[in-house]
Amino acid sequence: MSESVKTTKKFRIRNMSLLVTALLFIGLFTAGSVAYDRFLSLSTFCNLLNDGSYMMIASIGITFVLLTGGIDISISSTIAFTCVFSAFLLRSGVPAGVVIPLVLLIGLLFGALMGFMIHSYQLQPFIVTLAGQFFMRGLCAVISTESIPITDDFYKKMALNKIVFAGAKIYYYVFIAAAVLIGAMFVLKFTRFGRTVYAVGGNELSASLMGLPVRRTKVAVYAISSFCAALAGVVFSFYTLAGYSLQNVGLEMDAISSAVIGGTLLTGGVGTVIGTTVGVMIQGVIQTIVTYQNLNTWWTKVFSAALLCLFIVIQRILAGRSEKIKDGKLEKAA
Amino acid sequence: MEKIRKLSKYQGFWPVVVLLAILLINGIISGGAFFEIKIVDAHLYGRLIDILRNGSKLMLLATGMTFVLATGGTDISVGSVMAISGAIACSIVDGRILPGAGQNVQAAILLALLGGMLCGAWNGFLVSKIKIQPIVATMILMVAGRGIAQLITDGKIVTVNSDSYYFINGYILGLPFPLFIVLFVVALVLLFTKRTAFGLFLESTGCNPVASHFAGINVNSVKWMVYTFCGVTAAVAGLIESAGIKGADCNNAGLFMELDAILAVAIGGTSLSGGRFSVPASLAGALIIQSITTSVYAMGVAPEITAVVKAVIVICICLFQSAEFKDKMRKRFSGHKQERTAKPA
Amino acid sequence: MSNENMLIRMEHISKSFPGVAALDNVPLELKSGEIHALLGENGAGKSTLIKVLTGVEERDGGSVLLEGVPIFPQSPQDAQKLGISTVYQEVNLCPNLSVAENIYIGREPKKRGSIDWKRINQDSRDLLKRFNLTIDVTKNLDFYSVAVQQMVAIARAVDISAKVLILDEPTSSLSSVEVEKLFEVMNMLKAQGMGILFVTHFLDQVYAVSDTITVLRNGRYVGTYAAAELPKTQLVGKMLGKEYAELDLSSEKEELTGGERDGLLEMKRACGPGTISDVDLKIYRGEVLGISGLLGSGRSEIVRLIFGIDHLEQGEISLDGRKLAGKGPLPAIRCGVAFCPENRKTEGIIGDLSIRENIILALQAKKGMLKSISRAQAERIADKYIRMLEIKTPSQEQRAKNLSGGNQQKVILARWLATDPQLLMLDEPTRGIDVGTKAEIQKMIVGLAEQGMTVVFISSEIDEMLRCCSRMIVLRDKKKVGELSGKDIAESAVMSLIAGGVKSGEDQEAV
Repeated sequence: MSESVKTTKKFRIRNMSLLVTALLFIGLFTAGSVAYDRFLSLSTFCNLLNDGSYMMIASIGITFVLLTGGIDISISSTIAFTCVFSAFLLRSGVPAGVVIPLVLLIGLLFGALMGFMIHSYQLQPFIVTLAGQFFMRGLCAVISTESIPITDDFYKKMALNKIVFAGAKIYYYVFIAAAVLIGAMFVLKFTRFGRTVYAVGGNELSASLMGLPVRRTKVAVYAISSFCAALAGVVFSFYTLAGYSLQNVGLEMDAISSAVIGGTLLTGGVGTVIGTTVGVMIQGVIQTIVTYQNLNTWWTKVFSAALLCLFIVIQRILAGRSEKIKDGKLEKAA
Repeated sequence: MEKIRKLSKYQGFWPVVVLLAILLINGIISGGAFFEIKIVDAHLYGRLIDILRNGSKLMLLATGMTFVLATGGTDISVGSVMAISGAIACSIVDGRILPGAGQNVQAAILLALLGGMLCGAWNGFLVSKIKIQPIVATMILMVAGRGIAQLITDGKIVTVNSDSYYFINGYILGLPFPLFIVLFVVALVLLFTKRTAFGLFLESTGCNPVASHFAGINVNSVKWMVYTFCGVTAAVAGLIESAGIKGADCNNAGLFMELDAILAVAIGGTSLSGGRFSVPASLAGALIIQSITTSVYAMGVAPEITAVVKAVIVICICLFQSAEFKDKMRKRFSGHKQERTAKPA
Repeated sequence: MSNENMLIRMEHISKSFPGVAALDNVPLELKSGEIHALLGENGAGKSTLIKVLTGVEERDGGSVLLEGVPIFPQSPQDAQKLGISTVYQEVNLCPNLSVAENIYIGREPKKRGSIDWKRINQDSRDLLKRFNLTIDVTKNLDFYSVAVQQMVAIARAVDISAKVLILDEPTSSLSSVEVEKLFEVMNMLKAQGMGILFVTHFLDQVYAVSDTITVLRNGRYVGTYAAAELPKTQLVGKMLGKEYAELDLSSEKEELTGGERDGLLEMKRACGPGTISDVDLKIYRGEVLGISGLLGSGRSEIVRLIFGIDHLEQGEISLDGRKLAGKGPLPAIRCGVAFCPENRKTEGIIGDLSIRENIILALQAKKGMLKSISRAQAERIADKYIRMLEIKTPSQEQRAKNLSGGNQQKVILARWLATDPQLLMLDEPTRGIDVGTKAEIQKMIVGLAEQGMTVVFISSEIDEMLRCCSRMIVLRDKKKVGELSGKDIAESAVMSLIAGGVKSGEDQEAV
């Protein structure tokens, strides 16, 4: 019995996308190293981690949503809200041990509420999370439109404590990001929930016909995304030691493009959090190179957008081709 | 009574009623001051004029966005396109780029509009030819647009010193000039949708693209056209904005405007999944948003709180458009299953 | 009939949707160790019956007994727990997950709280081996052909519950070798005592594998027969609505065109992408040409090709001597071709637009966007056709989605008549509409042809085809197998052509 093993190109490339992303990162890093002295160093690499850690956490969170085929554009506001609200509470004398769990809980509930509305009332995720974005940003402004400095000792400790080896510094909060990454990888690979996330993104109808808890999963991914945003907010307030209501405007688009560059399909079902993390680091490298080149920092945006465009168009072309292949075989799908 | 019932059938009826109600409430709270219109130097001033004047950009964007949403798409790049058009125009007037144009204001405006058109055409290309989801397709320009604008202005805030350029945001016949622009564009649009079959094709495409294709409508070119037009309206709005601040600020020009524009159209009653649309209703929606902003400001509350109000409005509108929500509410109020309304996990 | 091996007994099943009785008092019995084919044309009620059995739809009346116990499945999961699994034509698995995972998702074996991938892979390898399938189970599902995917779906279904397996058109996208393999598996499962309900459109396959055949037509039960005792032609007769025995009494047919035959459209060696192959066709002016064949035979595909919806891969189509470009419907419309698609809801009517707008849409598209039809003119046109076709509506401003199916169909007809076409192609224009409207539409078709319009007519109901057509071509397995005209158009001839040889001698394989 010999199976007709028909390989579709789509599959090959899909699996390759992580490789492509990794190669892209290495390529960019190498290019930087060749072009500039002092670029190639452990500290350059570690700084990518230091500066990108909050971004990684947020992007990992949003990857869950993207994997189900949804979208969450509220995360930048959630981050800002977390920063402002924590700064406000800390200034009012609430201890850090209360503040951090509280803001994380708020993030979790807020995301769950959005997920609930999206799934129960069949609203478009884009619009609901857009409203969420307005709402959180507005709440920031209600609390304070000024930047509130954070003077809490724990926060200061987290901001400054680091491990130094071979001249490179790694701040403590990088380990939070690492923990989130490992946790997310485990959840996505080794739990039923994680696999359901992929199944829902692959084919929601099939997932529900196979008896998987689609509704619970869809609510949960938005909760996770907002939770990660809140956690990213906490890390960001370590990083900046302040809360300001206009922080990180537009960050969700960076997070989404990191995920796409990292191989996540916006139609859902394909992608990895490790890819997303590399995606964040690619954007970091571009930024570093732009700085080294003394270019206007906006080149970073243009480069990432070009990269994003390239990845999306490639994805689309491959998807189109596989549709055609399927059309040929399955033309009578009516 | 019969007349009102007939009127209420129009899509724009409820938005206009809401708009009037907001204005009325403001008038009562402010003790009439809200409706005061003063004449200074033969120019009209007052809250109502402010709303019209500040709302002009949003009205323009809402016009373009109405078409895009009617096809069932979205364009989240309009804010960035505003920044690009402002950057192009100001840089030319400033002589920073294209010195050959001799700082000519007309040339600057034309090129800015052309820029907006190209941006829109690019979005349309991605959506109709490459068939990328509209949100994703326009996200590319949204991310890149501000960067491109920055590159045009070389990263600086360009200030222009040209009275003829300021005129875009000036006064004519005692009324703000942007108002005339809006009137002109809207008249053009209404003429175009009524005089040609464009409106019919657009609604048909939004309702059922497959059946429209079967009926011989070129769905792709309809889509391409609306995105291009949306880019042009964004460029006009960008010009007004930059004339208002007398320069180009690529970071803040048109920031969040895309969201307001989508919101305005949604308030106007055009379904976000496409189909029936009404430009006047969207204009009323834009004015509602603007009057909320203005009245929150007038009440002396932090203007940022409008964001919270907007968020609540968006959700309410979406819920009322949602069949599932209506079903649940109906069940609830008809007494069945009162005890069993689902709670989030 | 021994009752002990009776798996499923459905009795008096009724189900109606707004306006249509999808199932009317239908029985079905499935024994263990039996492969039972469920046959019928579109709208016969096969899929509704399956949906009732698997809990997708709730039945309005009747009873379902599983091994003698009444059951009321509320969802596919429910049915699955009871032991009824379904594998659909479009494989309902997740293409982005591995083969092994698709088999075990939702019930993964765990080790210390995390998914035990090793066991999943091993178990699924073992499971698939029982199906004679040795593949790399860690590869994504969409790495494999549809046939393998289908096998995986069956393996999952059987592994979860092994009493009743429903295969809903599993073969329509498989090659002949793959079909053979599927049959092997079906026979293996049958030998294990499973009851298999098999839905297909390919009659050869029915005879190759089934023991029993149940035929439905228009939501009604026609009968259950032992496959060995029912000749193929009779089966076709039962599906299309005439008993073989009472044939040949059919009405006399005159050739409507008289002597001279003036060609309008010519199709030469046309091939579509996976649709039809090497079809030659000539359509003459003023005739009603019927295209006959079972669902999936390529009958709809021919007209889609002419109308430019599907891409013409090879061959040539020319109208009035000019080549049809085949780039979308618009060029075809401009040449005077009109097409009422089979799928009224998704491809025909535009529900949120008014009747008036629906009617003028194609005419407007033909004229182009800039030459707008004025409101007054549009109202006149709409009014004319509403009266002519007797569309029942309070006003032409009514939204089309509020109309009944028959009236919607008339609106689409009006849309095309308004373009004044020379060639009108109707794909199942009478499906799902009431008898009165059906007769009206049939009358109209003949009337239009008398006025000189050329009509291409496709229907699953042989009766109305016979009543309307002056010439008929017959398709089987995406190829043209015969052509009948004038007096030769008789049910016996059509049916033996559809069935492919009365004696069912050569087992032609569907591709």
